[in-house]
Amino acid sequence: MAYAQTIEQIRERIAEHKRWDLVFAIVGVLSLIIGVLTFVALFLNMALEGVPRLSLDFFSNFPSRRPGQAGILSAWVGSMLVMLVTAVVAVPLGVGAGIYLEEYAPKNIVTDIIEINITNLAGVPSIVYGLLALGLFVYQFGFGQSILSAGLTLALLILPVVIVATRESIRSIPIGIREGAYALGATKWQVSKDHIIPYSMAGILTGVIIGMSRAIGETAPIITIGALTFIAFLPPAPFSAEPPYVSFEWLTSPFTVMPIQMFNWTSRPEAAFQVNAAAAGFVLVLMTLAMNGLAIYIRYRLRKNLKW
Amino acid sequence: MVAVMKNHVAEHNGREAAPAPVVKADARKLNFYYGEFHALKDLNMPVHEKQVTALIGPSGCGKSTFLRCFNRMHDLYPGNRYQGEIVLHPDNVNVLDPSVDPIEVRMRISMVFQKPNPFPKSIYENVAYGLRVRGETKTRVLNEKVQEALRSAALWDEAKDRLDKPAFNLSGGQQQRLCIARALATNPEILLFDEPTSALDPIATGAIEELIHDLKHKVTILIVTHNMQQAARVSDYTAYMYLGELIEFGVTDEIFIKPKKKQTEDYITGRFG
Repeated sequence: MAYAQTIEQIRERIAEHKRWDLVFAIVGVLSLIIGVLTFVALFLNMALEGVPRLSLDFFSNFPSRRPGQAGILSAWVGSMLVMLVTAVVAVPLGVGAGIYLEEYAPKNIVTDIIEINITNLAGVPSIVYGLLALGLFVYQFGFGQSILSAGLTLALLILPVVIVATRESIRSIPIGIREGAYALGATKWQVSKDHIIPYSMAGILTGVIIGMSRAIGETAPIITIGALTFIAFLPPAPFSAEPPYVSFEWLTSPFTVMPIQMFNWTSRPEAAFQVNAAAAGFVLVLMTLAMNGLAIYIRYRLRKNLKW
Repeated sequence: MVAVMKNHVAEHNGREAAPAPVVKADARKLNFYYGEFHALKDLNMPVHEKQVTALIGPSGCGKSTFLRCFNRMHDLYPGNRYQGEIVLHPDNVNVLDPSVDPIEVRMRISMVFQKPNPFPKSIYENVAYGLRVRGETKTRVLNEKVQEALRSAALWDEAKDRLDKPAFNLSGGQQQRLCIARALATNPEILLFDEPTSALDPIATGAIEELIHDLKHKVTILIVTHNMQQAARVSDYTAYMYLGELIEFGVTDEIFIKPKKKQTEDYITGRFG
């Protein structure tokens, strides 16, 4: 086909090309709708079924054989405590590894292999982490089927996410800022502590929270390490009125978490338990959305003063 | 073009190179390699104390590479290799020697970059950073030094009421003067400028040039510039580089009025480059 020369031919050609624009726009919108609508439909379905069940009692009751009295107290407390352990472990390890790889590691084949492996770790199925944790934390280290084991497992699971987020965030710092600090005679550690870490905090925290919002919904590795499905007590309180005031006994306590509580209820024959499961699912999705919202907010707040 | 250059030079009637200038640093048979690429070839050049030395030449001639040897910036990246010496006087230290810590070199020789690169911190913290790196913690000393450096960089009057405000709120020219203050705060022996005005408008450029002219009474200055008029305006000595070699070095007036080499003349008259 000859190229368009006269103004009529040019117009005709443009019209033809624009038809393809339209075709692609329609295909794109349809793809988007399929994804979004599926989620919205599921979420609405769960909300319609579960929201009427939500009450203060639902949050403050232990699970029960009677669906009307069953609640998610032990599940949400368990989820929170496991997340706490996950964050405390994954943040320093992930940030430390990310900074090392960006600022300290020599650029050689060993570093390259480590980098590729970290990216691959993010794609390892979570059940594999569960098996690893069962062997290592539960039996080898003797932590048992405890909050500590679960927190460590999920920390391993989100570690690659935290490392990758840390590195991306460090890389977005302009080279001039880094050189400016080195040119004043700063050591690597001074540059990291005074510049790299503070300026990449927004990205790091975002990565951590995104990782955590994935971890809070993880079921498979937690079941693998043997979380109980029916827990009618809370772990020992971390604080007490008498000395030594602080106790870490809760770390070794048996526990359950939100997704496991849900899983347990969905496997019951009674319809009333399905309503409980929907309500718990609704709460879990809200927890995840709240964490993502927090990530966006922190990103916005911390990045306000960094104009690059 | 020659006439224009001559006018620029002639305008500087008050400026004369000292009769027997003291050598502050000395490049001897300096070679530099980016991996396999031989970027600097057998450079020999003195840097005179409390004078301004300009490095000029077309893009890619190695002038910035040469400048960045003085404070060992190349050490930050893998695959770079130095050969030869840059000797710092009066203590005769070869700053390129592997046994000399680049951090020590950078504490003695400061640098101002092409693009203003203030830290995303307050104006005060930017200037104080070099001192903090050296372990200064006394507020009184820091205050004094910050003020002194900002005065030297002609930024004190504009900045004194907003020392705790973010440095990013300053204009481009002010940011560059802040970077100069930051580099000056630690009383460096040599101040390196890597095309410090290429990101600035003409008025800000004028202010920086004036500042460089004033600063040479305090500190030895080595400046890379792609702007020949700027070299003619601010420098006492000029080096013309081409493809990693030093073609000609001499007193600025001589380089611009009667260069010894044809190549230098072609470049400064605009026939080439």
